[in-house]
Amino acid sequence: MTLSRALRDDFPILGRAVNGVPLVYLDSAATAQKPRAVLDAVRSFYEEHNANAGRGLHRLAEESTEALAAARETVRRFLGAAGSDEIVFTRGTTESLNLVAEGWAKARLKAGDEIVLTEYEHHSNLLPWQRVARETGAVLRFLPAGALGALPPSPASALSNLLGPRTRLVAFAHVSNAVGTLLPAQEFCQAARARGAAVLIDAAQSAAHLPLDVRALGCDFLAFSAHKLLGPTGVGVLYARRERQAEMQPLLLGGGMVREVFLDRATLLDGPARFEAGTQPVAELTGLSAAIRYLEAVGLAAVREHERELTGRALSLLREVPDLSVYGPPDAAARGGLLAFNLRGVHPHDLAALLDQRGIAVRAGHHCAQPLHRKLGIAGSVRASFHLYTQPEEIDALAQALHDAHALVR
Amino acid sequence: MSALYGEIIAAHFRAPRNFGPLPSPDASHEELNPLCGDRIRIELRLERGRIAEARFGGDACMVATAAASLLTGLVIGQDLETAAAFPPDVLLAALQAPLRPSRVSCATLPIAAMQGAIARLRGAAR
Repeated sequence: MTLSRALRDDFPILGRAVNGVPLVYLDSAATAQKPRAVLDAVRSFYEEHNANAGRGLHRLAEESTEALAAARETVRRFLGAAGSDEIVFTRGTTESLNLVAEGWAKARLKAGDEIVLTEYEHHSNLLPWQRVARETGAVLRFLPAGALGALPPSPASALSNLLGPRTRLVAFAHVSNAVGTLLPAQEFCQAARARGAAVLIDAAQSAAHLPLDVRALGCDFLAFSAHKLLGPTGVGVLYARRERQAEMQPLLLGGGMVREVFLDRATLLDGPARFEAGTQPVAELTGLSAAIRYLEAVGLAAVREHERELTGRALSLLREVPDLSVYGPPDAAARGGLLAFNLRGVHPHDLAALLDQRGIAVRAGHHCAQPLHRKLGIAGSVRASFHLYTQPEEIDALAQALHDAHALVR
Repeated sequence: MSALYGEIIAAHFRAPRNFGPLPSPDASHEELNPLCGDRIRIELRLERGRIAEARFGGDACMVATAAASLLTGLVIGQDLETAAAFPPDVLLAALQAPLRPSRVSCATLPIAAMQGAIARLRGAAR
């Protein structure tokens, strides 16, 4: 069952035209469109409550502080975390991942310790670890991607074989942003825990698309961005389990995170505020709260089912396009709601430009995952990605445009 | 494909001029477009301080390929100083297609590659 098309009316931007034709927005993996509930929440915060949170004693400051606390509690419930003190607000997934690398791993890892990643990682879950390895002498190991970007056979045991007594951290993308492969997070967490390694999940491409429960998963850290989750740009989340959070150091120092300050020293607050120096983006976080409530009202399981159907439809329709290669698992159940492809002899940017002429918005390039593209033997690909507002007819429009593109270049 | 970027780009993409390596270039450089991972390599042969031959290679989109095809023709006879300051507007005009802002860096990739080749040559001469 796909979700009701009436949901689209909640997203004002989906009504616009591009090149004189209705917009077909298939770039939700880059950023999702926003429902009116989110836009209204941000606007009403500014119109009715705006003040600096956690500082003033006046009424508006209290309301703003309450809004920040409410956002933290909403995220806690959304992730199934034990306490809202485990929810740290950041600028996005990238900052969340860097916070774990710089604030947790760098001081704790020694030469010869091992960090296990996968070949699916977005650059933001690779470059921070390269720096940690360079500066601590830790070693990076990688779970290899399978053929055409699908999972390798028996991925959990392949991962277990990479883990050893020196493995300190296993960090992986829940869903590959480049090819859509869904990684078995639960099994990976179990394998890591069995070895006593901490686990970090990059949930940038999964948090808005399938049910998540950090306690059921048993991860130590989980990162996502608000803007891919129907929320505003500029804010994100790092879930850090209490024990791990107590081991973390902040990246930024300043106001709002201190207990007592002298001219020559300072003591810092405990809990998430320790990592949130400076004025918090309360309006955006209010928007994130509204986005989560919207998603929860639709239901994450329903969103997952909707996207699985769309992905299955896309896989079967795109298989019929001559000279088109699709990367990632052949089965929609083994994927998130996105797929990447190439039309033989056509550069991804040129194909994306052709699709744009039809009003179809896709991403083209390496999707910030150059090593995976190198492994696949391609410089780039075209990526179509879906969300709860995507409709089956939009998949059909993509398939038709690809047939036409094929006819044009042959 | 001419519907996409116009006749000039389509023609130069279908049959690029000056494509393939020079036997023994005096200067060469490969430039990467970090946005998409495209690569264009420009190779130059000089005679008395002027570009006698320019060729290109690489794996790139239609716009970058057509731009390299045009550029390698336009710089023949130029001295290095003139070539190093090749105006992007001239190349963009030669392409005869209104490019969207996101694609301008594709068109100017070959200029950056040529500038890199000239800079290397000057570095080596110093």
